[in-house]
Parts: sequence; structure tokens; C-alpha cells
Amino acid sequence: MKARVNRWLSSAWAKPVWCCACLLPLVWLVYAAAGDLLGANPAQALVRSTGDWTLRALCLVLAVSPVRLLTGLTGLARFRRMAGLFVYFYALLHGLSYAWFDMGLEWEDIARDIAKRPFILVGFSALVLLTPLALTSFNRAIRALGARRWQQLHRLVFGVAVLAVLHFFWMRAGKNDFREVAVYAAILGLLLGWRVRLAWRSPLRPAPVMVSRVPGDWPGQVLPGARGTAARSGRNRPAESTPATGKGE
Amino acid sequence: MLIRSDAAGFNHPIPSEITAPGVYARRHLLQSLAAGAAAIGLSAWPERKAYAQAASPVTRPGKLAALPSQLSKVAGANTMDKITAYKDASSYNNFYEFGTDKGDPAANAHTLKTSPWTVEIEGLVKKPGKWALEDLLKVSALEDRIYRLRCVEGWSMVIPWVGYSLADLIRQVEPLGAAKYVEFVTLADPKTMPYVGSRILDWPYVEGLRLDEAMHPLTLLTFGMYGEVLPNQSGAPVRLLVPWKYGFKSAKSIVKIRFTDKQPGTAWNKAAANEYGFYSNVNPAVDHPRWSQATERRIGEDGLLTKKRKTLMFNGYEAQVGPLYAGMDLKKFY
Repeated sequence: MKARVNRWLSSAWAKPVWCCACLLPLVWLVYAAAGDLLGANPAQALVRSTGDWTLRALCLVLAVSPVRLLTGLTGLARFRRMAGLFVYFYALLHGLSYAWFDMGLEWEDIARDIAKRPFILVGFSALVLLTPLALTSFNRAIRALGARRWQQLHRLVFGVAVLAVLHFFWMRAGKNDFREVAVYAAILGLLLGWRVRLAWRSPLRPAPVMVSRVPGDWPGQVLPGARGTAARSGRNRPAESTPATGKGE
Repeated sequence: MLIRSDAAGFNHPIPSEITAPGVYARRHLLQSLAAGAAAIGLSAWPERKAYAQAASPVTRPGKLAALPSQLSKVAGANTMDKITAYKDASSYNNFYEFGTDKGDPAANAHTLKTSPWTVEIEGLVKKPGKWALEDLLKVSALEDRIYRLRCVEGWSMVIPWVGYSLADLIRQVEPLGAAKYVEFVTLADPKTMPYVGSRILDWPYVEGLRLDEAMHPLTLLTFGMYGEVLPNQSGAPVRLLVPWKYGFKSAKSIVKIRFTDKQPGTAWNKAAANEYGFYSNVNPAVDHPRWSQATERRIGEDGLLTKKRKTLMFNGYEAQVGPLYAGMDLKKFY
């Protein structure tokens, strides 16, 4: 079963399918906006739903490694980069929706808004922090940085997760309604907590550095927690070296 | 006499959509029959409504029992702004007893029981007592008032309400000299209102006005909108409208009106005093701590890429209500 799922995950079709799936929310929003299906306040609906999808993508990308290690679905590793880029994609759309539909692209007003309103500042900071991660997501950037430094840089995503929840919390604070915030906080807390626990339990030595030689595959696949399990079972190795043709384990 | 112009959107944009009086009367008769006793004794005025239709810019959506009324003559009571579509006005609003999303009230408020309904008048008045809704409706002639509604969240609508100046009722119950404030207590029934009991607000939802604000002719005791009784989600069967204040000051589904000598503790003020003041007059110069109040989005009218419009001082009712606040620091008393 696991082998079959892994084989499917490493098939040539898996990535395009995944990419299309990640684009579905955008397709729906564009369709709904054009067809006047977004209710009485379409501008607000767009700002909110792009924000929601950013949070969901963030949960997804942070779930890739835990799920991979807990289930042994090594093929998942290939999807992390794209999931990460979709976090940035929806975050950008969210920021753009706010700047355009809410602020009418009045840059002075936007700058003042960011400076004045902590909840906007927090959201803006999260977007800024995501930018270097998106810019260094291709293989050459990873080689140039070195896997170790690249990995350190990309740990910024944990900070982004905290900022994103804070941003959402602050936004909902006006309505004293934190149920949805609690759901995202719980999911992201669990995913970050899992990493903290792994880091705590594993010996304090540098993580192994792996860079893929397969273009388009996920290099630098090193989580703090990957160390022990990698040595024991070699679980995460095939993911790094699985050729794009799909002849994995 | 009001000055009308097509540019101001006062006239009905599509004359062919205006129901002919004969058809209208027939339709109205059918609706009255269907509404039956639920029309809470309002069928006494069908002729007047049919008559008023010709003079009013309001198109009845034909969803609920008609509430006959005449265009108000109170100064400032009929804005020339284009009226928001009933579909938007009845599907996008806040009514936290039914949920915090602006789609929730329309989805959940069908459980609200609006008949029988009584409003209790108590506190510092000569004539306290319980008023049945039927009797409240007879206090004064019902008027159409086309008000701008500015939500504290930064969106606005233009809604034709039906009601009469709260002052008409206040004069009947004769407040004592010591009465300085009016408190509006709204229904909090956990059996029919799913969010009552949640920790979002301190239930029941209470709002309040200074007595002179409550006595202002623009302050409307409201029973209907768009020529019909209020839909449940909009605060049926009786609510308040204070058009120069943010929408949350206009309490919905009122069960008690209390006259006091102390400023009442109001729901949002208790929940977040730094964000929602007792006065909460629409004021573009005083920002909400989390967003600017300088602009607003007019629902259903401004397109996605249209810039938001400038918010007016006192929501455009400065000429009428400005004197109420003469000499007051409105930044301090926000």
C-alpha cells in the first residue's frame, strides 16, 4: 500500500495534478468574482478568502515533513517546494487584494496603514519574511547558499506561521470570535510542536546535507528530525534520489 | 418639497419595473391574505400604501407583509443616494445573536419568534408599562425614511426604513426630569438565538442614547424596511435606527426601553471600550484602533476596483444633529 502510494506520488503526473489542485481556490475566486457570487461585499470576500487560503497552504506545507516521517510516504517530499510556493502565491494575492480592493492602490495610505495598525503590520511582516524563501526556492539558489544555510533561512517559515496566526487573531479580536483562529492555531501549533519535540530528542549534531541532482526534485531535504530516522531506515533517502521517471522504492 | 434628479438616483431607474397601481393593489391583497393574522393588524391601511407607492422611490420586494407608510417630512430623513438592493440589505448584516458572519443572520434568524411581542417601558418615566407591538404601531403615523447606514466596519448601505420618530413614543410615556439617558435592551433568547450564551458579547445586547439624542426627530423607532415588515435578520419586529451613528448603536429586536439617570453600559463598549465608545458617532476623523474610518464601501454600488467613498461627518447628518454635540470633544467622546 505504502509502496503504491509512494509510486503514485513520484509519478510524472503527480506534480501537475497537485499544482492544478492548488490553483483551484484561485479559479473559484475569479469565477465567483466575475459571476457576482461573492455576496454583498465581494472586495472583502476576496481579501478574506485569499487570507484563508494562505493559512491553509501554510498548514499544508508544514504538514508535509511530519506526515512524510510519520507515515513513511517518502514521495511527499517532492511536493513541499510547490506547497511552499503556493503559500507565497496566496499570501501575495492576499496582500494585493488588500492593497487594491481595500486601499485602492493608494500607496501612501497603505504605508500609513501598515505603520499604524499592528494587525496589518504583522501580516505585512509575514509576507516580507516569506519573500526570501520564495526567491531561494530553486536548486541553484540552494547550491549557492549551501544546504545548511539554506535550511536555516527557510526556518523563517516557522516565524511566519506564528505571525500569520497572530494576524488572524488580531483581525478576529474585534468580533471576540476566536473559534476559527483556534483551529488554525491548534494545527500550526501541533506542526511546530512536533518539530520542537524532534529537535529536543535528537542529538545536537549538524544535520546531514543532501542536495538533489535531479532537476525539479526537492533538494536539501533535511529536517531537524530527519537525522535519526534517516540513519536508521534510510527512509528519506529515496525521496532525494528518486528520478523524475518514478522508479522509486 | 424634495428636489429630485435622476443623477442623484432618487427616481426609480427603470420605470417599467414600477408596479402599476392596479396590479400592485391586487398583489397586495393576495399578500395580505397570505400574511393573515401575522400581518399584526396592519392591513387597516392597504389603500394608503397603494396610494403612497406612486410617490415613494421604494420598490417593495414582495417578500413579507406590507407596512403602509408615507414619505417622511422630517428634515434630512430622505437621502437622495441610490437605494441598496433588498437582496444585499437583507443578506449582509451583523446580528450577533445569530452568528458573527454577516451571512449568518439571514441564514439563522428564521427561528426568531416575533409575535406576540411586547416592549416594556420602565425606569424614570411617569407612565411605565408593557406595550404590545400592535399598540406601539399606533403611536404615530408610519413614515418612509431613506437613511444611509454606516457600519463601524467600513461599509455602508442606503435603506428605506418604516417607522416613526422615537420622540413620539417618548413624549407619550413622559420621562421624569431626572431621566438623562435611554437604554435599549434587546431580546436574548437562547432557545431561538444560537449565539446567545457564547462569550462574544455580554447578553442581552444593550444599547443606549442620551435623552436628547433619543428625542431627535431622525432617531427612528423602526418596524419595517422597503415598505414591508422587518425581516427577522434585520431586527424584527421593532428596532432602532440612529442614522448618524455607527450601525451597532441601532439596537435590534427591542424588548425594553429604560429611562435612566446614568449612562448605560452598552454591549460593544463593555466588550472593547477602547474601540467602541458610548457615542460612536460616524466620524471620519476618529479612526477605529484597527482601521481607518475615513472611507467606506457602499454595498452593491461600488465595484471591486472602485475606490471607497469618503465617509461624511455624522454620516452626512451634520446639519441636523451637529448642534447636539456643540462644544464636545468628539475625539475624547468617540
